[in-house]
Amino acid sequence: MRIICPVKRVPDTAADKHVDPQDHTVDRDRSDPVLNANDEWAIEEALQIAERTEGAEIIALCMGPDQAGTTVRKALSYGLDGAIQITDDAVAGSDAVATARVLAAALADEPFDLIIMGNQSSDARTMLVPAMLAEHLGVPALTYVKDLEIDGDVFTAKRETPAGHQVVRATGPLVVSVVEAINEPRYPTFKGIMAAKKKTVDVRDLVALGVDAAEVGLDGSRTAIVDIAPRPPKEAGRVVTDDGSGAVGAEALADWLVEQKIL
Amino acid sequence: MSTILALVEHDAGVPRKVSLQVLAAARALADDVHAVAFGPGAADAAAALGAHGATTLHTFDDAAVTSYATGPHAVALAAALDASGAGVLLYPADPFLTDIVARTAVRRGAGVITDAVDLTVADDGLVATKAIFGGDMLSQCRVRDGHQAFVGIKANAFAAADDADGEPAAVSSLAVTLSDEDRRIEILDVVEQESGDRPEMTEASIIAAGGRGLGDAEGFQLIERLADTLGGAVGASRAATDAGWYPHQHQIGQTGKTVAPQLYIGSGISGAIQHRAGMQTSQLIAAINTDPDAPIFSIADFGVVGDLHKVVPALIDEIERRSE
Repeated sequence: MRIICPVKRVPDTAADKHVDPQDHTVDRDRSDPVLNANDEWAIEEALQIAERTEGAEIIALCMGPDQAGTTVRKALSYGLDGAIQITDDAVAGSDAVATARVLAAALADEPFDLIIMGNQSSDARTMLVPAMLAEHLGVPALTYVKDLEIDGDVFTAKRETPAGHQVVRATGPLVVSVVEAINEPRYPTFKGIMAAKKKTVDVRDLVALGVDAAEVGLDGSRTAIVDIAPRPPKEAGRVVTDDGSGAVGAEALADWLVEQKIL
Repeated sequence: MSTILALVEHDAGVPRKVSLQVLAAARALADDVHAVAFGPGAADAAAALGAHGATTLHTFDDAAVTSYATGPHAVALAAALDASGAGVLLYPADPFLTDIVARTAVRRGAGVITDAVDLTVADDGLVATKAIFGGDMLSQCRVRDGHQAFVGIKANAFAAADDADGEPAAVSSLAVTLSDEDRRIEILDVVEQESGDRPEMTEASIIAAGGRGLGDAEGFQLIERLADTLGGAVGASRAATDAGWYPHQHQIGQTGKTVAPQLYIGSGISGAIQHRAGMQTSQLIAAINTDPDAPIFSIADFGVVGDLHKVVPALIDEIERRSE
């Protein structure tokens, strides 16, 4: 079983975001970059699968600048076996379509049984990449998975829906995207962190992938950002302190709901 | 703008609320709006969709597209794009449709913008506004010339037409042939939890959400009563779903869902940045919390400092009394 874990380097949700006024990209280095939270559940699931599957190998896949190396090492510190890092100035500013195209190109000559990834990244949250990656590779995608069972090359998953779940089945190789209900991620161990420093990271550029730089990045993406700006700050609202009975707070809140035409 | 195609979802021929909002968004931009609907009963939506402005309804009513296996939908959506001649596709930005649109976009060379809250037409085409970085920033995006534009519409960002008096849409059945490749995902079972008549969280106009301050799983009965009193949905913070007090699909925040209802009422939720990243673009925010320094009050339009176990029951009584 060969498992690929695509991971993303994203600005910390709590960080101030700095935007380049010229090209509207976010200065990720000034935004406390971290490993995308939802990818941690994918890594955990891959580790659990590997623990019960003889000869399993897990490879991280990350597209990003040189500095994304820290994200790759973080992923490796959980105990993954190796990593592919795609670093090329030309991929900066890629949209979801271009990102999926580059990730797929990196896997064109890589054997895999399972690609497992977070269902969304916390920065753009488009949720597009798992299905787009699967489409490029010509394989099925089981998305929003909260429970995964594997029998040979048959994958059976509980797929979260707004109202409950579906039980779905497909034959691998395939893409699985996971939601956080799937497991409880472990923390990297000291041993894992030290071992990660020694693991091989296969760094490739677009030439190595055979991707035309004109089809990706800021200028090659099919979507373009025209403008980007902080959301206007909200005016401070009214706060009422209840008297301990609930009545004062409830009446004030109900008055406000009437004022706002909710009631 | 030339023809726009609107992807609609329906329950046995009754269009869902968000689909009608998508039609309203399409109609504001184009004179000719086509709709496409899948699964048994799709044609029954023709009257309602026509009333809301669609001239033609493209249908593929094969049972293969009853639930979301993605493959058959993607093929049928491509056929609808061809049949309508549309250069722009608008769709409700929900997860399953996102999968379908993602696949179709790769096949068609289209550009995709998700979660649009506003649409305008500029000299160089359609410009969509969306929130990014958990609502910290707003970006304006467009699809470059030479590509079809697929734009996901965020629930409740547009109002459905209130003068829904158009003629029924002409129904046109799509010629779609499915291959074994398209049927690689098998749906073995569909399980829905009991949620009474509550709307789905991501499309609800009102959400009552609960967090750690509820104290236990039973506390959510209070939030469910508040939601039902207001005709809203139930949301939860990550602390509450991690504790197993409420199902994960109701989690609002960085690692869960992003919601932007007309009204969000949070009870016993402190409002950590990870939670705010999922709800801070709500139109109105109310909060009930014992801690006057809880960060949720910094973004709340109306806050009550108090014990939710006292305030929420009293609020339910107040709402019921005033609704009589």
